[in-house]
Amino acid sequence: MGNVGASEVPQLIGPDGLRIDGRRVDELRALRVVAGPLKRADGSAFVEWGANKVMAAVYGPREVHPRHLQVNDKAIVQCRYNMAAFSVDERKRPGLDRRSQEISKVIAEAFESVVFAEEFPRTSIDVYIEVLQANAGTRCAGIVAASVALADAGIPMVDLLPSVAVGKVGGHIVLDLKKEEDNFGEADLPMALVPQSGRLVLLQMEGHMTASELGRALDLGVTGCRAIYEKMKQALRDRYSVDPPQAMAEAAA
Amino acid sequence: MYANVLGLLQRKPPVVRVVPLSGRYAPHAGDLVIGIVTDVQGSFWLLDIGAARWAPLHMTGTPWKIDFGETGEYLQVGDAVVVAVEQIENTGRIGVTMNGEGLGKLEGGTLVTVSPAKIPRVIGKGGSMIATLTRATECKLVVGQNGRIWVDGPLDGVHRVRTALELIELEGQRRGLTERVERFLASGERRLELPNAAPPEPSQDELEFRTDPGTGENSFPE
Repeated sequence: MGNVGASEVPQLIGPDGLRIDGRRVDELRALRVVAGPLKRADGSAFVEWGANKVMAAVYGPREVHPRHLQVNDKAIVQCRYNMAAFSVDERKRPGLDRRSQEISKVIAEAFESVVFAEEFPRTSIDVYIEVLQANAGTRCAGIVAASVALADAGIPMVDLLPSVAVGKVGGHIVLDLKKEEDNFGEADLPMALVPQSGRLVLLQMEGHMTASELGRALDLGVTGCRAIYEKMKQALRDRYSVDPPQAMAEAAA
Repeated sequence: MYANVLGLLQRKPPVVRVVPLSGRYAPHAGDLVIGIVTDVQGSFWLLDIGAARWAPLHMTGTPWKIDFGETGEYLQVGDAVVVAVEQIENTGRIGVTMNGEGLGKLEGGTLVTVSPAKIPRVIGKGGSMIATLTRATECKLVVGQNGRIWVDGPLDGVHRVRTALELIELEGQRRGLTERVERFLASGERRLELPNAAPPEPSQDELEFRTDPGTGENSFPE
């Protein structure tokens, strides 16, 4: 966060309507999703989204520890979102802080609403999200990675959970903020969508926006989520296709 | 209609079902499984059988005459046992027993783990795959429905069984698997040569990316 305190705000949207990295206002950063990179976990996924790098691992359903957390008629969903010390410019003090505790909580609640927890009474489904490199939108990247990891772990769910942040930058409503836009923009609005039903299971906002801007922002975010959804499904197909290299060659042809 | 787990769609009119490709072992009454002792209590042990929950093995479910508190003298944490799933209660409790033919404590040998989804291929039609493996390597095998396989015999044989199981795990969905395994075992090879097989993990260069020197942003090989 080199120059957060800088007095001059950079021009985030140029006269040509393009953003500092050349994207249009409704354009996502390059997104790559890999399902199943970790062998020890029941399910895993790696997401590279712009300059974000996020690894997610899922364990379970498994025994709950400590025991008193266990619920008699369903599984609990526990989540740990953590940023590596080296994930940001200035070294981050390792471990859970107030921000990561809050993010862990909202992500766990988002997944609780899509997982069929009643099928595994008295167990725990543990989701670990490790941010290796951060560039704004890490909770969204974490949710994308974690839901692919949950599917990879064979856990029954209503749907995958694509997630993206929308925001207001230089007076424009833009999709998928990067670091500078997040730091110097007017508003940031991360969301997670259940594509099948159109329900939002995570919605947070920081900054200011008018009611009509919020409406437009939600529409833009939902469109973004649907594009991300396709990439998530493709990652799972690639993982489980009989011959991944061949399938990739066919996709390229 | 949507599936709630990741799997393969199987259409056999009028039945449509999804065969799960991953996930923990889902126990069924009658399954023979290999468990590992994770906890010793006064009158029972808790077994990790790879399912969502630990399965309690009560001392009355063993061939031994045990007094309360003596459980630790028979099985300790880390021991491997062959047990049968008796019943799944609606609380999700998995009842197992050690009374029955082929059940008991495992001494010596090696445990190999494969995905529970691949166990039908490890057994083969009417046990043909097990017979092939046993014949070619002079090893004893116990195949648990939970994906754990106990192998005991000459060291070289154990190694070849392990490699053959890797082959089954990788190519389990292909036709002519038993023949392929037979050829591998007959070749006397100890390593796998898999020209067409899926890599077990994405290789290093698949995870690599390029950084654009101009913008410092990552871009991906298409």
